[in-house]
Amino acid sequence: MPRYPTPANAPPKVRVVTLRINGQDVSAREDETILSVAVDHGIRIPSLCYLEGLTAWGACRLCVVEVAGIPKLLPACSTVVTEGMVVETNSDKLKRYRRMILELLFAERNHVCSVCVSNGHCELQNLAAECGMDHVRVPYRNAPYEVDSSHDFFRVDHNRCVLCTRCVRVCDEIEGAHTWDVMGRGVECQVITDLHTPWGESESCTSCGKCVQVCPTGALVKKGTAAGEMEKLGDFLPYLTQMRGKQ
Amino acid sequence: MPRTIKISPVSRIEGHAHITLHLDDAGKVQDAQFHLTQFRGFEKFCEGRPFPEMPALTARTCGICPVSHLVASSKACDNLLSVTIPVTAGKLRRVMNLAQIVQSHALSYFHMSSADLLLGMDSDPKQRNVFGLLKVDPQMARDGIRLRQIGQTIIEMLGGKKIHPGWMVPGGVNEPLTDEKRQAMLSMLPEGLEIAERTLKSFKGLIGKFPDEIKYFGNFPTMYLSLIGPKGTLEHYDGHLRIKDAKGGIVEDMIPLDEYARVIGEAVEPFSYMKFPYYLPAGYPDGIYRVGPLARLNNCDSCGTPIADGELDEFRSQQKGEPVSSSFHFHYARLIEIIYALEKIELLLNAPDILATRIRALARGNCNEGIGVAEAPRGTLIHHYKIDDDGLMTWANLIIATGHNNLAMNRGVKQVAEHFVDGTKLQEGMLNRVEAVIRCYDPCLSCASHAMGQMPLRIQLINAGGAVLDELVRD
Repeated sequence: MPRYPTPANAPPKVRVVTLRINGQDVSAREDETILSVAVDHGIRIPSLCYLEGLTAWGACRLCVVEVAGIPKLLPACSTVVTEGMVVETNSDKLKRYRRMILELLFAERNHVCSVCVSNGHCELQNLAAECGMDHVRVPYRNAPYEVDSSHDFFRVDHNRCVLCTRCVRVCDEIEGAHTWDVMGRGVECQVITDLHTPWGESESCTSCGKCVQVCPTGALVKKGTAAGEMEKLGDFLPYLTQMRGKQ
Repeated sequence: MPRTIKISPVSRIEGHAHITLHLDDAGKVQDAQFHLTQFRGFEKFCEGRPFPEMPALTARTCGICPVSHLVASSKACDNLLSVTIPVTAGKLRRVMNLAQIVQSHALSYFHMSSADLLLGMDSDPKQRNVFGLLKVDPQMARDGIRLRQIGQTIIEMLGGKKIHPGWMVPGGVNEPLTDEKRQAMLSMLPEGLEIAERTLKSFKGLIGKFPDEIKYFGNFPTMYLSLIGPKGTLEHYDGHLRIKDAKGGIVEDMIPLDEYARVIGEAVEPFSYMKFPYYLPAGYPDGIYRVGPLARLNNCDSCGTPIADGELDEFRSQQKGEPVSSSFHFHYARLIEIIYALEKIELLLNAPDILATRIRALARGNCNEGIGVAEAPRGTLIHHYKIDDDGLMTWANLIIATGHNNLAMNRGVKQVAEHFVDGTKLQEGMLNRVEAVIRCYDPCLSCASHAMGQMPLRIQLINAGGAVLDELVRD
């Protein structure tokens, strides 16, 4: 029996592991994800649905990495590091996969950057530039999607949505309203407010606007913005979670 | 045997079209048609979009005159907001619109048409372009490029981009002008004015070489439609509509912009994707009218700036009070308008409140219908929108400047073909004149027809059985 027993509310002991990312030896807590370790060490891994301060979702697959000894690609945002792990984040194969994922995202809905309110301030657009996606090799679906402009202050344009579910998570985990959720499957999948009622008629929405600020594209925007005018508050979420943690 | 000549596409214009000439047994032109062959559908796919997107969305119609669509669309959206925009925002919008006039008119005159005028209508088609112009008159080619650059640079300084700036928005503009940029713009204007005056002088020296073209290039009586400013001055941004008849009498004046539909009807013909607007009370096609630089100068009482007014007096000096009716003189009017635009930009940039930072009226959609009218380089441009209570577009009608001239272009093509084309001995220069009359109107067909694409020029002489009798090909 230890001489000084651990108090019941003490944080659990976490071991430190060492691993190798892109040939660089790094150490990390054993409960960290590959993505967070990479960020801590200044190693860039493209990601879209992941947002610091929200639960990792692993939906977009842009942050996939290669791990030695594992035949399939793993999402860095939701794969926990292990001792001796050897990770590759930027191989030709990964670059190819990321470009294809982006092409599929652009082809699935109607991301017309030139006239979008988020043009120049869009994470999807920036990722396309970063990953060298200069054209789309699959046919565009050109399917019409609904624009819900019924809310007094905000608008959802499903044509620009990539189903990252940041809005769903921030509304549930940070605001606590859980106005947003996901409906349907495959190409019919879409984010909805309440039980698929128009956003302006939602009884649970507090109109806080967090969903708009975390949306990576021009899907959730402030009303009244013209092309290129919708800039999101980049760092508000880590700040908000940090300040709430102090309370 | 009746035959048809097809000129496809018409070259050195903005957009995509072809012309057919129908000949009788003796090879004389019986009829002529100007076709816009493709369709883009902007009015339809605007439906369902939020109205604040409209300025940038409709501006994508065209890479030459996007600013014109920005202006008309922003004004229609101002209507939807039910706001009066800040005075400075209106002045800044005017500056950009005038800079667009400068760059677009420069493109039309120097890049598209000057080769016909300097090298001759019958010159070698391989040389009859801006590169040929560079060899024959490098100073003029440089002037054209520089003048266009001045217009484009002013647009870029205001809106951040030379083409498709997003700076003009519902309620005003989204960034004020800095003194540094104002000074930079002002410093370019004297050079621009010098080029414009030099070019106009050179054009006046060339006029004497084209008596037949002046006589037969779309020279017929029509009405004229344009915006008109307070005190009857030349106007490109706001004001009222004025319609004059072929003798210079005022048919209607002080027409409020939101009453355009009372005077303008739109007809359709099976041979073209471009509509045929006409003066509604006169019926179709008798209600033929022209718009653009020639119409604006025929309609206004004065320009309101000193050098342009001097040139306007000279332009009208032979007319005995009647409008200048030859479409050849669209070129002349265009050059006077460049001078006017540069003078007016200077006046606006020297306005004491031009650097004010109150530049946007913020509001939501407060009514369900909005109409915006402005003068594009090619003429009166009308954007008419309807929205639902959530601010989503339910209907759009765009009456494009080039469209207004459709009836006149068709008639002009026929007039030129009748006079210059001999079907028994087809020569390239004859058909170039048919194209050149179209160039006088400086049509922007990508806007008017919503067409896109490129093809080499092919002119075929086809008999009634469909056999090709003669063919000219230009790469």
